[in-house]
Amino acid sequence: MSLTKHINILDYTLLSLLRRKFRNAGIILVFSLVICITGSVLLLTYAFKREAVLVLGNVPELIVQKMTAGRHELIPVSLGEEISRIPGVSGVEPRYWGYYFDSFTKANYTVVTPGGRLSEGNKLLQGRLPSAEEKGVAAIGGGIARTRFLGIDDDLALFSPDGKLRNFRVVGIFQAPSELLTFDLIVIGKGDLQELFSLPPGIATDLVVGVRNETEAPVIARKIRERIPDSRPILRREIIRTYDAVFSWRSGLILTLFAGALAAFAILAWDKATGLSADERREIGILKALGWETSDILEMKFWEGVAISLTSFFLGILAAYAHIFFFDAALFAPALKGWSVIYPRFHLVPFIDPYQIATLLSLTVIPYIASTIIPSWKAAVTDPDEVVRG
Amino acid sequence: MNRAFVFLAGAGLCLLALTGLLFRSAATVRQQGNTVRDMTEIAACLRLTDISFSHDARYTRHPSQADLFSAFQDHPGSIEHFPSGSVSAPPDFSGIGTAISAGKR
Repeated sequence: MSLTKHINILDYTLLSLLRRKFRNAGIILVFSLVICITGSVLLLTYAFKREAVLVLGNVPELIVQKMTAGRHELIPVSLGEEISRIPGVSGVEPRYWGYYFDSFTKANYTVVTPGGRLSEGNKLLQGRLPSAEEKGVAAIGGGIARTRFLGIDDDLALFSPDGKLRNFRVVGIFQAPSELLTFDLIVIGKGDLQELFSLPPGIATDLVVGVRNETEAPVIARKIRERIPDSRPILRREIIRTYDAVFSWRSGLILTLFAGALAAFAILAWDKATGLSADERREIGILKALGWETSDILEMKFWEGVAISLTSFFLGILAAYAHIFFFDAALFAPALKGWSVIYPRFHLVPFIDPYQIATLLSLTVIPYIASTIIPSWKAAVTDPDEVVRG
Repeated sequence: MNRAFVFLAGAGLCLLALTGLLFRSAATVRQQGNTVRDMTEIAACLRLTDISFSHDARYTRHPSQADLFSAFQDHPGSIEHFPSGSVSAPPDFSGIGTAISAGKR
């Protein structure tokens, strides 16, 4: 009996909503859009953060840069000996890398040297990685292969600062799934990089410091600062924190940009939900006169709030999922990627935090239902004759 | 009566779709575990410190290696014209102990 009554009230509520279908459809459309945008930002930043933290989980524990006149400067490799004498340091290795501006395509590439070998089973590299000692060969990111129309065994021509053209035979191309990491990379041997950038011997871009006990890294960083005052140690946790901060900042910024739209919708929803129209008041009065209890009226309004907010939530969150993970965040990506000649085609791993979805649900559905019920309760407890007459 | 059942069925379907997507995500994350592991290996092998996401400036290509301060507002969060730079967070200065005192002691 009671279940049938609830079903009947829901049925009547839907009929009532359908009588004002254009108005309610408009609210559902805007509500869904707001949830879609907010949900997209939450899904995108969470997926980015998780992927960045996972992928960069094994980056060097400590990197030491040299600072000159407040800017990053090339570092003498000999400083590594001094650093390696600090207790707790397991080893110091120079890291050679730099940027190459490609005048053919007007794009900037990142040139690095390998610090080891990839395992045989690594499927993200077609071909192989050059060793640090090899000369005249390169592995390139997918962005460079596409921009310069290169394949395996093709020649990659790069200019060194003296204007000479140097050819590198492409022996490896990083595959599409790794573009978030390797898109603009050129991996060449150490000797080649030194020649390409005319680096003097005994000079590296920065130093990678191995630490025996990870918890001692901040202490070692402090000791390096004390012994080499013009150095800048960068801890792994700072690198991870940078990405956490960058994506939190970006999500906050996007949400701030949409804050106006969110506020406009909140006002619209509040106005619609809290202020009953004359028709709605009359409807409540008639229902009361027909014998509906106050609790029935409240239930009807509850179902009305549920129907609108839940429909909007489902439409919004499903659209957000499709936007981020099926269409690769097509709406946000241009702003996030910035201005460049080459753009990575990232396809995010769908890391989802159910807590975020639950929070979004509770912040959208529950307030809407609450704001619908309260004014209806006021009308429902008033004498029907008074309500109908206005 | 039909409308109520249609609505409840529709809501149930949406809930099912959402749950399905959550399971799909979990399955995809598991499937792509090898890809993530291979990427982690590449990052470790090449000793990379940053993801290749925004290429418009040094501090957006390698935010973790960027200068703290330099001329022409060349740091994340500064007033400048690259969109990805303006949506990057400023550096974290919380670890830098800078006690500045002014006035008479």
